[in-house]
Amino acid sequence: MTLFIEQCLNGLQFGLLLFLLAAGLTLVFGIMDLVNLAHGSLYMIGAYFAATFSALTGSFLLGAVLALIATLVVGMVVEVVAMRRLYGRDHLDHVLGTFGLILFFNELVRLVWGPAGLALPLPGWLQQPIEIVPGVQYSAYRLSIIVVSLIVAGGLYVLVMRTRIGMLIRAGASNREMVGALGVNIQLLYTLVFGLGAALAGLAGLMQAPILTVQIGMGENILILAFVITVIGGIGSIRGALVAALFVGFIDTLGRAFFPDLLRMVLPSAAASTAAPALSSMLIYLLMAIVLIVKPEGLFSAGQR
Amino acid sequence: MPSLTIRNTVVALVIVALLLLPVYSYLAGDRFMLTLFTRIVILALAAVSLNFILGFGGMMSFGHAVYLGLGGYAVGMLSYEGIHSGFIQWPVALGVSALFALVIGALSLRTRGVYFIMITLAFAQMAYYIVSGIARYGGDDGLTIDTRSRFFPPLNLSDKTQFYYVCLFFLLAAVYLTFRIVNSRFGMALQGIRSNELRMRAIGFPTYRYRLVAFVIAGVMCGLSGALLANQADFVSPSVMYWTRSGDLIIMVVLGGMGTVAGPVMGTIAFLVLEEILPVIIKFIGLPFVGTAAAGRASEYWMIVMGPLLLLVVLFARGGIDGLLMKLDERFGLRRQP
Repeated sequence: MTLFIEQCLNGLQFGLLLFLLAAGLTLVFGIMDLVNLAHGSLYMIGAYFAATFSALTGSFLLGAVLALIATLVVGMVVEVVAMRRLYGRDHLDHVLGTFGLILFFNELVRLVWGPAGLALPLPGWLQQPIEIVPGVQYSAYRLSIIVVSLIVAGGLYVLVMRTRIGMLIRAGASNREMVGALGVNIQLLYTLVFGLGAALAGLAGLMQAPILTVQIGMGENILILAFVITVIGGIGSIRGALVAALFVGFIDTLGRAFFPDLLRMVLPSAAASTAAPALSSMLIYLLMAIVLIVKPEGLFSAGQR
Repeated sequence: MPSLTIRNTVVALVIVALLLLPVYSYLAGDRFMLTLFTRIVILALAAVSLNFILGFGGMMSFGHAVYLGLGGYAVGMLSYEGIHSGFIQWPVALGVSALFALVIGALSLRTRGVYFIMITLAFAQMAYYIVSGIARYGGDDGLTIDTRSRFFPPLNLSDKTQFYYVCLFFLLAAVYLTFRIVNSRFGMALQGIRSNELRMRAIGFPTYRYRLVAFVIAGVMCGLSGALLANQADFVSPSVMYWTRSGDLIIMVVLGGMGTVAGPVMGTIAFLVLEEILPVIIKFIGLPFVGTAAAGRASEYWMIVMGPLLLLVVLFARGGIDGLLMKLDERFGLRRQP
């Protein structure tokens, strides 16, 4: 039972982390109609920045804040230098251009930080386990990821739905020319949104960094998961991204933890332990296939796109 | 009768050069060239198959490298189990690819645009994880193939020259097949669906079925390429079907010229030759902004040039190499402006 609660919390933590990634991806797509494969690179860069700045300042928190700002700046620079030229193009061009950016960023990181991975050590106060319910201990760091992600998700909702900037963002998504004609600097707005998406990816990256090693190509595996989430949730829908991210987080985590045991009940033990790792990493793709068979546009489609 | 334009001349020269390459390799004693071009010819076959659905069918599959893996693993797994006959291995490779393409296509083609891109990508990743998880066939580490596919005695795939010509035969056959298909009624309908699916459906074409058939044809072609690639490397690993490999295939198609018969072949040559040459150039220049310690390793950093180069091609040279050749023809009045 303890294990089950712990795995549920892990699922929640992973799901929320994936949401941060998927939200940036879907925000950029929903508003600028831009498919950004290089989103995972920004996740990677966030992690590298965090490792570097933490080592320089000697403080995990200060390093994280600096990394967040740096990733935001990198995102805005990327938008101005490359993305801006891709808006009017079709999706194939987006995919190719941003794929080029992945290659570029991977090599750039190798050039700056070298081929070996980095470690981002946690400060002591985040390492102790916390007793959440009597008898159940849980990692303070993972708990803090859950809290931070929830705050960011809430903040994103308020920003998009309740503020003037959010209103402009939503208006710009529906009709770019009209908003521009009303005297809004739509170009600046797009740069800001892209920077925001980058910062979200960077946040996910730097929070994941102490759990995994910071390494080249770390964004590529998780990017696929973020894609799966945006497809399940409906591209362009932040609400869909949240629901789908939680689904995927739970299914992936619980699947890996309990699926082998379930399989052992129906299959001979040897066959089960060979098949289990492959099958449990397939689960989310099965989920995606089922969702698409039922609703080809995703669960919360943002309409015709 | 094709007219004598720069574009047609270049294509003809490329074919002649490919046909004569083993002769050069033999005379100059340059074995590396033959190995490199065997790889180029095999991957060009994969690019041709991707171009068939991407360029002519408008289906932006981002999981095409999965068939490289499926074809390769069909050969590898059978070989591991002691079945070395190519007459069994290759039909299995094609059959598995066809089946996968049928299932994945049937699901993915229900969707459009970005959804299609991401779904093909995700299904390919699924296959990648399955193969990585099978410990019996090497899992993550891949599977070494001890014996190349065996055919009747005169045909010996271990002979580099013979193997090269086998690969080249399949490539030229695939290019010819593409040429025949795109000019057939089926191909015309496919291109009609690419430009306006609604209209095609309105005049009575079962568009879903047309697209699915094209998707399966491309899958089978690429599965063959996978079987060849596994034979060439004597090795197959999950990494051949990793999603960035699919990206590489798309680059080859776009670099050469999407939706043209010969473009993907030229694109593959350009991509793989750049892969060989760029590190040398970078090493020569020595990347001034790198410290001296890193300068020795500079050749590893060729992607830092390749990446932006790709972005530039996308932004400024949409037609790829084929488009450039056509522009040259227009410049010299060999082709009327469209």
